[in-house]
Order: sequence, then structure tokens, then C-alpha cells
Amino acid sequence: MTVLAAFYSRRRSSARTLNGVCLLLIAVALLSLLGADIQLYRVDPWQELSRIGLGLAQPDWRDLPQLLRAVGQTIAFALLAVALAAPLGLGLAMAFRFLPVRLLCAALRSVHELFWGLIFMQLYGLSASTGILAILVPFSGVFAKVFAEIFEQQAPEPAQALPLAAGPLKRHLYTLIPQAWPALVSYTRYRFECALRSSAILGFIGLPTLGFHLETAFKQGQYSEAGAMFWAFLLLIASIRFWLRPWLLPLYLAAAVWLLPETVGFSNGGYLWRFISEDIWPTALHRGDWSGLLEWYRMMFSQQVWPGLLQTVLLTQIALVLSGVVILATYPFASRALAGPAMRWPGRFLLLVLRSTPEMVLAYVFLLLFGPSGLPAVLALALHNGGLIAFLVANASDAESGAPTARPDDPKGLKRYAYIETPRRFPAMLALLFYRWEVILRESAIMGILGIATLGFYIDSAFEEIRYDRAFLLILVTALLNMLVDTLSRRLRRLARTDSVRCHS
Amino acid sequence: MSIFRRLLALALLLPTLAQAETFVFTAIPDEDESRLQERFGKVADYLSAQLDIEVQYIPVKSYAAAITAFRNNQVQLAWFGGLSGVQARRLVPGSEALAQGYEDQFFKSYFIAHASTGIEPGETLTDALRGKTFTFGSKGSTSGRLMPEFYLREQFGAAPEEIFSRVGFSGDHSRTIAQVQAGAYQVGAVNFAVWESELEQGKIDADKVRVIWTTPTYPDYQWTVRGDVDARFGEGFKARVREALLNLKDPELLASFPRQSFVPAANDDYGPIEDTARAIGLLDD
Repeated sequence: MTVLAAFYSRRRSSARTLNGVCLLLIAVALLSLLGADIQLYRVDPWQELSRIGLGLAQPDWRDLPQLLRAVGQTIAFALLAVALAAPLGLGLAMAFRFLPVRLLCAALRSVHELFWGLIFMQLYGLSASTGILAILVPFSGVFAKVFAEIFEQQAPEPAQALPLAAGPLKRHLYTLIPQAWPALVSYTRYRFECALRSSAILGFIGLPTLGFHLETAFKQGQYSEAGAMFWAFLLLIASIRFWLRPWLLPLYLAAAVWLLPETVGFSNGGYLWRFISEDIWPTALHRGDWSGLLEWYRMMFSQQVWPGLLQTVLLTQIALVLSGVVILATYPFASRALAGPAMRWPGRFLLLVLRSTPEMVLAYVFLLLFGPSGLPAVLALALHNGGLIAFLVANASDAESGAPTARPDDPKGLKRYAYIETPRRFPAMLALLFYRWEVILRESAIMGILGIATLGFYIDSAFEEIRYDRAFLLILVTALLNMLVDTLSRRLRRLARTDSVRCHS
Repeated sequence: MSIFRRLLALALLLPTLAQAETFVFTAIPDEDESRLQERFGKVADYLSAQLDIEVQYIPVKSYAAAITAFRNNQVQLAWFGGLSGVQARRLVPGSEALAQGYEDQFFKSYFIAHASTGIEPGETLTDALRGKTFTFGSKGSTSGRLMPEFYLREQFGAAPEEIFSRVGFSGDHSRTIAQVQAGAYQVGAVNFAVWESELEQGKIDADKVRVIWTTPTYPDYQWTVRGDVDARFGEGFKARVREALLNLKDPELLASFPRQSFVPAANDDYGPIEDTARAIGLLDD
């Protein structure tokens, strides 16, 4: 609470407030360690791990047509979803000052793509629509939020120069959008990489993307086939900047529509209504059995919602702080100013691997190493998200390395890391970390293999048991938790940003 | 913007573009899910020749997805596990179990343990299991979840979470074996057929992991068809599908499941599975 007080008081310097926020987060994470389900087991993993290593070293490319088809469909889903979500998000961003719009966007993005996928699968079956919507819906919410924040950062003078009669639409069209265009495009480009990851992951629930074959091969121990999928995905992510050209987009979009998988045997017959009116409500409600309904809620809260909520929050907080550690430990190896222009390539490769490996795969490897507990989950989340942010931080550092502010007597090596690069990057890094907070929270949900009962574990069980009433309640709780974290991180980010503007100006 | 709108319309319209009179089925084998499309495409060709109608196969990732597709009439025929079949038939009144694998008449699960636990094979599950770490297979699996949980509850009079220090869901039988062999979990429950086949392939190190208990037998995988297929594909269609399945003798096709042959089955065969699922709270009344 003291920090919240400090947070609102503008008397203290923002650097000290930032320190306070960091210390509080670390303290919370340490406290979480006491309550979280973390344990070490004696294991004997080397046979399995060496098989995984061997598979990665000797990928099996024999089934190339299947691989190429999966790559094509992974791109197709991602491309179409972003092409639709970006304009939708832009539209929503223009109306972001209305509370209902903000709430809608928060709700859209607070549900994990996988869960959106599972929901849309009830309505559209295994089809291209399910895949596109599962990415499109949450991404629209994310675009809206980030675009609105980009607009907020623009200088107000051009808009003030417009006639008073000009409405918000004109203000956006004639001043804010042109001003923010480079930032909007660059964010959309970054988001496309995220969409590729989401698209691949949607394979886990049955869409024909890379994740489909990766998960199958991986879970059945066919590591050479999994290896091929993994390297293909890495190559895909690493090569985005070479093939994603604006003038090629129309061609790509046409190809994407053509590449979408054919939907087999699905005729849409009013499943939406059945889903909304029946499936997602407890049977006691249909029967009008009020005491039964009360009993159902009591059971759900005491057995699933509260325990799930607690484990989810504890793991998230630890993973959040550990992500920060991963960022600070890895970004220098990928930055031009710290590692040198040539030596940064191994570092960049490491970050590519970290951010492109699905958390589930990382979690499985750590499960083999440490046994089942919260530990593999926390490590997987921290490495994946830390690697992602470290990549962005290293990019920001590189963008500045040739800037006129550079001085010939700037220190090198460790001193440069400690006294120049890290302090300059820190506010932006924290802001990014706060962004990922929500994401970590959502993703801590998918760690059922570790026998940790997070909210997502129960959601997954509910879908598996065809109990959509339970899934709906749990998703609702998860979404509310996400919105809470989002509000908090938005406040914290504001703080970080005022500071970062000062640092960069 | 108009291109975006057109694309959106296109994406939302796609489901309605599908051909109406194709007979579609799905199947998830209990092991080796590689090259599903290719392997089950051949089964589709066989059915197509027998039934004289276009037959397509769609791959799914989980029992839940198979049930959803069956319920929404995206597939009309499915190779379900015991539990998923029961769930599907409850959701689609009139649907019917047609045939099961020969092996599915007397299916069983193995409890397996890492050698370091020192647990010896026995006639019952021993008290030495208490406090160990334990993994099921996938949540919706009959042989990897439902029956093992049932026998655990029966012998210990307690839920798995109260018996073991930790209960995980590996998601797959092969992974259960790999995890117990690596000591990541000390004990696990696994489909006997998958265990036997991995043993044969030399993937199991007998010094590290062994079977400590075998469950009594129960009925498992079966073909289930929707009740409305006769109305849609013509009188007697259901009977012809059953005929075609029972006559499937090609070893290559059977190896995809993998089963030695298919034998007749009926909904009532799965009564015990339904009772068990209800007893452990996986089905509501």
C-alpha cells in the first residue's frame, strides 16, 4: 500500500518511485515463493533429454510437403487475422476514451487465444473461421489498447491547430494517425510475429498449423520430427524481416485466403444460440433449482476458483520477477553496444530460441530436469517472456547505438552495461514487463502437465469434460483477474513512461 | 477497408461452403499420431469404396474436439475411447456404438512405477503408493484416467489428490511412460497396449520402470455413429457402415488404430464405463 501511496504522490522523484515498485514486486515474489507449489525431485532425465537433444540435432525433413503445408497455414491464419485485427483495433483505439470500449477491449484480450479457439470451435467446428477468429478477437483488443497509447504519446499541437469544429474522427485522420504512422506500422509488424506464434500454438487444439504436428511429435517422443517443426518455426520467425514487405502484402493476403484449410463437413446450424443460451449455464439454472445452483457455485468457488486463483497469482508473480532477471542477464549479449556488432549474433540466436519455443515445450524439459512442481512452470514462463522482452530491449539499445548522443569517451563493457545501457533501458523494460504481466498470467494457465492446479488447468479440464458451464465461469474469473492486472500495470507503466521520456529527451 | 470487410465475410462464410453430402469421420489412435491424414485417408478410401459415397477423414487433437465435432455434425462417425464415446452419445441422442476393436472387449490399464520407488508388482495397489508423485495420461482418456482413477478410489477409499503428493496429466500414454522412466513422476497409469508396443520397440528400460499392477478388464475404444445418418444418407446406411467396419480386414488399415479386427458393439456394452464416470464425478446426472 505504501507504494501505491507513493505512486499517487508526485512529490517523490519518479526514479525513486520506480525503485519502490521494483522492490515491492520482488518482495511479493519472495513472499509468493513461500506459498507457491515449488519443489525439487530427484530425477533421472538424461536418457530422455539426450533423445530430445538428438532429435534437435538430427531433424527429420522427410515429410516436407506436410511441413510446408503447416508453415503455409500458420502464416495464413496469422496474416489474415492481423490484417483484420489491426484496422478493427485502430477503429476501437479512436473510441478508446469511452469506458465501455475500454472494457470491451480488456475483456477481448483477457482470454487466451487457446481458450478463444476452444470457444469458437464449439461454434464453427474445426475450420478456418475458428483459427482466424481465435487470433483476431484478442488481437483487436490488444491493438486497440496499444494504438490508443501510441496516440496519447503524440504531440498535441497539430490537433490543436485544427478548427474547433473538427470531430475526433477528423482529428485522428488528419493529425494523430499520420503523426503516429511509423509507430503504428512498427507495432503491427511486431504483432505479426506474435500472431505467428499464436497461430502455431493453435495447432495444439487441432488447427492444422505447425503446433499440430509439433505437439503430436513431441508428446509421442518423435523428437526428430518435432525437431524439424521447431527449426522450421525458428526460421520462419527469424526471416520475417526479409519477406514481410508492404508492397508484397496484397499478394500474400490473396495467397493466405487460398491457403486456408478447406472446412470439411461443417454446416453451420445455429450452434451459437445453443452455446449462449444453454451450454455455458449450469444445469441447475435451466431447471430453476436455486439451491442446486447455489451449491454448484459454492463447489466451484471452494474447489476450483479460489485454489486456482491463488496458484495462478503466486506463479505469475514469481515468473514476472524472474523474467526481469532473465532480461537483465541476456539482453547485453544481443546488443551491439555491449556485445559488439559480430559477437551479438549468438546472443540474438539465443533470444530467438527463447521467444520462439512454446512454453509447453520448455516446461516439459524442465519437468524432466526438476520433477513436477511450480518450478518448471515458472522457469518456462520466465525464459520465454524474458527472452521476448530482452530481444525488444536489445533492439532499442541498437537503435540508439549510432545516435549523435554517443560519445567517444563512453565507457565500455561492464561499466557501460551498469551505468549507461541498463539505466536507459530500464523504464522501457519495466513498461514491457508490465505489458507481459497479463500475458504471463494468461499463460501460467496452461501448465496442466505439471500437476499444478492453476485456473487454466481447471478451464482445460472443463473443456475436456464437456462442461462448458464450468469453463465459462472460470474464464470469466480469469478475465476479471486479467483486467485487474491490466489496470494496475497501466498505472505502473504510465509512471515508467514519464521517466523514460525524460531519459530519452 | 472494403477488402478487409470482404475478407471477414469470406472467413465467416467458409463453413457454409462445405459440401453437404460427404460422410465424414474422425479418429484418434491411442498411439502414434503421426501422418494421421495419410493413414486414415486410406481408411476413408476403403469406406468410400464400401459405402459408395464420398468419405473424408478429419484429424482432431483431443477427445473433446472429437466429441464437439460429432455433436455439431461436422463428423458423423468417430473412433472414440470408452469415456469419450459415452460422453458423445449422451450429447447426441440416437447415436449408436457400432463396433469395437477385438482388443477393446477386454482392455486394461497398467500402473507403472520407477525402480527407485522400490515398489514390487502385486495383486493389489500397495500402501507404498501413498505420498508418491503420480501422473495420469490425458484428462479424457478411459485407460489413462477414468479406470485408473476408479480403481485408486476403490482401493484407497480416497481421491487421487489425497493419496499422492502430486497428480499430473501427461496428456499422452507415451509421455506417461517417458516421464515415469525419467523419474519426473514416480508412478503412472498407462494404456496396456501402448506399453506392450513400446516394450516391443525397445523404448522401455526394464531397469528403470516396471508394471506394478494390472487393472481388471473393461470395454474401451469403439466406433460410434450419429442416429440421423439413415435419414441423411439413405435407409440402411448405418447397417452398411457397421458391415463395412466389421469387414475391414486389411492389416495395414487395422494397424492405424492399432487393432487386430473389429467386432460388433452396442451402447449397453459401455454401461460400466458410464457408471464409473458418474462415480468419480466426470459426468453429471
